[in-house]
Amino acid sequence: MDWGTLQAVLGGVNKHSTSIGKIWLTVLFIFRIMILVVAAERVWGDEQQDFVCNTLQPGCRNVCYDHFFPISHIRLWALQLIFVSTPALLVAMHVAYTRHEKKRRFRNGEKIDIDELKNEKVHIRGPLWWTYTSSIFFRIVFEAVFMYVFYYMYDGYQMPRLVKCNAWPCPNTVDCFVSRPTEKTTFTIFMLAVSGICMMLNLAELCYLVIKICMKEPRKTT
Amino acid sequence: MNWAGLYTVLSGVNRHSTAIGRIWLSVIFIFRIMVLVVAAESVWGDEKSAFTCNTQQPGCNSVCYDHFFPISHIRLWALQLILVTTPALLVAMHVAYQQHQEKKLLVLTGHADPKHMEEVKKHKMRISGSLWWTYVCSVVFRLLFEAVFMYIFYMLYPGYQMMRLVKCEAYPCPNTVDCFISRPTEKTIFTVFMLVTSSICIVLNMAELVYLVVRACARRGQHSSNPSSGKGSFYGHKLSSEYKQNEINQLLTEQDGSLKDMLRRNPGLQEKGDRCSAC
Repeated sequence: MDWGTLQAVLGGVNKHSTSIGKIWLTVLFIFRIMILVVAAERVWGDEQQDFVCNTLQPGCRNVCYDHFFPISHIRLWALQLIFVSTPALLVAMHVAYTRHEKKRRFRNGEKIDIDELKNEKVHIRGPLWWTYTSSIFFRIVFEAVFMYVFYYMYDGYQMPRLVKCNAWPCPNTVDCFVSRPTEKTTFTIFMLAVSGICMMLNLAELCYLVIKICMKEPRKTT
Repeated sequence: MNWAGLYTVLSGVNRHSTAIGRIWLSVIFIFRIMVLVVAAESVWGDEKSAFTCNTQQPGCNSVCYDHFFPISHIRLWALQLILVTTPALLVAMHVAYQQHQEKKLLVLTGHADPKHMEEVKKHKMRISGSLWWTYVCSVVFRLLFEAVFMYIFYMLYPGYQMMRLVKCEAYPCPNTVDCFISRPTEKTIFTVFMLVTSSICIVLNMAELVYLVVRACARRGQHSSNPSSGKGSFYGHKLSSEYKQNEINQLLTEQDGSLKDMLRRNPGLQEKGDRCSAC
């Protein structure tokens, strides 16, 4: 089970999304997951081995690394991507349930067109609209929470070259040097920018759905 | 055979599960197996190479590591996930056996054309009778395995927290030696995450168990108050007249009615009645 399988699972959801939702999914897979797998993981690959402290004291390097990097960027991004893509499965489950209900009604004798049932694009209205809107809302919340977690844990989005550590067993204060700080800062900013774009897409999709439903209602009443 | 292979095997079981069972399977694959593969394995990747002891005594490092980590978290989680997902295969085997029986029945009653044989393979089995018992047993085993592994984790690594420093006095370490673990905070975060998802899975399994029992008792109540249900006539009519299209047939048998139910309602082919064997 890896990113490829997640892509297969979410690809199915794509059919029932709006156009903005499809763009969002593409941005997620190409500019985030793919960049994470082919580039970012290599940059952070030697983060602990090449974290060097100016001391011979055994254990000081481990402790300082743990103090300054409680959870690695790569793992945070992996968790962020998993959490952000999962609400789409709510929509998939709802669509599957709607189809199941239609088939049940057909079996009980109501007239429904078979071809339409199999191939139809499910329209986002009624309870499905609420499920879809909730899933977008959750996506936005998860993105915002993770962006805040990043900011809080790493005091901004920049990777310092040098950190000063005085955790036991380090004697006094010790200079520790982070490996590839500029490259890491570049990728952090890139992932942040793409995360921002995804949030904008989600907000746009939310507005689009709300406006669509508001425009439909006056038409119904008139 | 890897996690993807397990996913393929278990996706087949998904069709015959309840809704809660499907949610449980999604949680297992996305929040446990996937997190294990893409994140947790790289956190524990350097657990031995970055385990440092404050000594130059050869062998002390290895001995202390072995003393404090008899079995790594990653391996324990892998075992847990394999054991927890495997009871679903009991259900798959039972379903395969039932499908085999239905095919034999079709051959005996002279409906052994390829169309009917395909339908037997494709339709979703109802969880009733002996399949209900198999399904309930699989859920009970899942619960048991989850609980056992959570207990093992607690025994081996008290408090689920990874310490930064451990003090080791195993031979050949001279006196007491400080040993430092790599990435303890990140490891604690992932241990707690996996513990939380494990608990969510336990709750889902318990909910599924309660749902199955309640549904079985409700069905028994329904049967005792209305012994002759009117479902048979619809299926009987469909069998006696020609099918309009293959797709109608597919849709009918994809639902909870089984072909066996259809044939059972024909006179002369009565088998044991549909009863709740659980209550």
